[in-house]
Amino acid sequence: MRFSRKRSGSIEAKVDAVEADVLLAVAGDLLVLLGEQDEPDEDPLAAMVGLSSGPMKRPDDPALARLLPDAYGDDDAAATEFRRYTELDLRAGKRAHATAVLTGLSPLAGRGGRLVLDRDDADAWLGCLNDLRLVLGTRLEVTEETELEPRSDDPRAHALQVYGWLGWLQESLLSCLEPRGQ
Amino acid sequence: MTAPAELDLPGLDESTDEDRPWVALVWNDPVNLMSYVTHVLMELFGHPRPVAEKMMMDVHTKGRAVVSSGTREQMEHDVSRLHAKGLWATLQQD
Repeated sequence: MRFSRKRSGSIEAKVDAVEADVLLAVAGDLLVLLGEQDEPDEDPLAAMVGLSSGPMKRPDDPALARLLPDAYGDDDAAATEFRRYTELDLRAGKRAHATAVLTGLSPLAGRGGRLVLDRDDADAWLGCLNDLRLVLGTRLEVTEETELEPRSDDPRAHALQVYGWLGWLQESLLSCLEPRGQ
Repeated sequence: MTAPAELDLPGLDESTDEDRPWVALVWNDPVNLMSYVTHVLMELFGHPRPVAEKMMMDVHTKGRAVVSSGTREQMEHDVSRLHAKGLWATLQQD
């Protein structure tokens, strides 16, 4: 699977069945992770304006905390207040990216096929691939020295291979995209 | 270079903590691709590629870099945009 840009401006990739199923599985997991700490908001006005009615703490799960980081490194009260105003939107944006990936791939489940992305789709894919790598990288505790072709007896071997492949895929997509507004 | 002799005249300096600008920082992390960080800095701040690449390299080699400065409200906005892109960003008063 490699992204390429067509003359029409669309970005396309040929996806095999295994690739489609791996991406569907990890993007589905990401959607669950992003949703799992959402508490139903009891204050309907707060819910309408996208504002949490109560204090929001940094998530305990390090992978989720990496997706939703503190905005103030040395001021817990300010970080909590910032989170109260922004975290619901941040989660919603990331969920929308994961949903775009799932929607684009679901017709290819179990059999693969051709994926065609317009620019908005491509931006959603780029964001979702990055979020997937942040989650996997945090769970695998990768460093800049982590070997992405691990020995087969490494219990993390499969996950590291997926992580490495997602990075390769993200590079491939980036090579098709000029930054917007340039 | 030299520094002027310090005059201890309280009250002459009208600047306060409130006047110090705020900055948005991006921190190095082992996951984000260098090409992706450059792409995001170009897109969010409209930097030409060489400027964005220099910022990205500062993040990579120095552990963090200032990517934006202004009022607290502006920096909160920039940090939330950086978080939406998955960059590890914080704001603080300079």
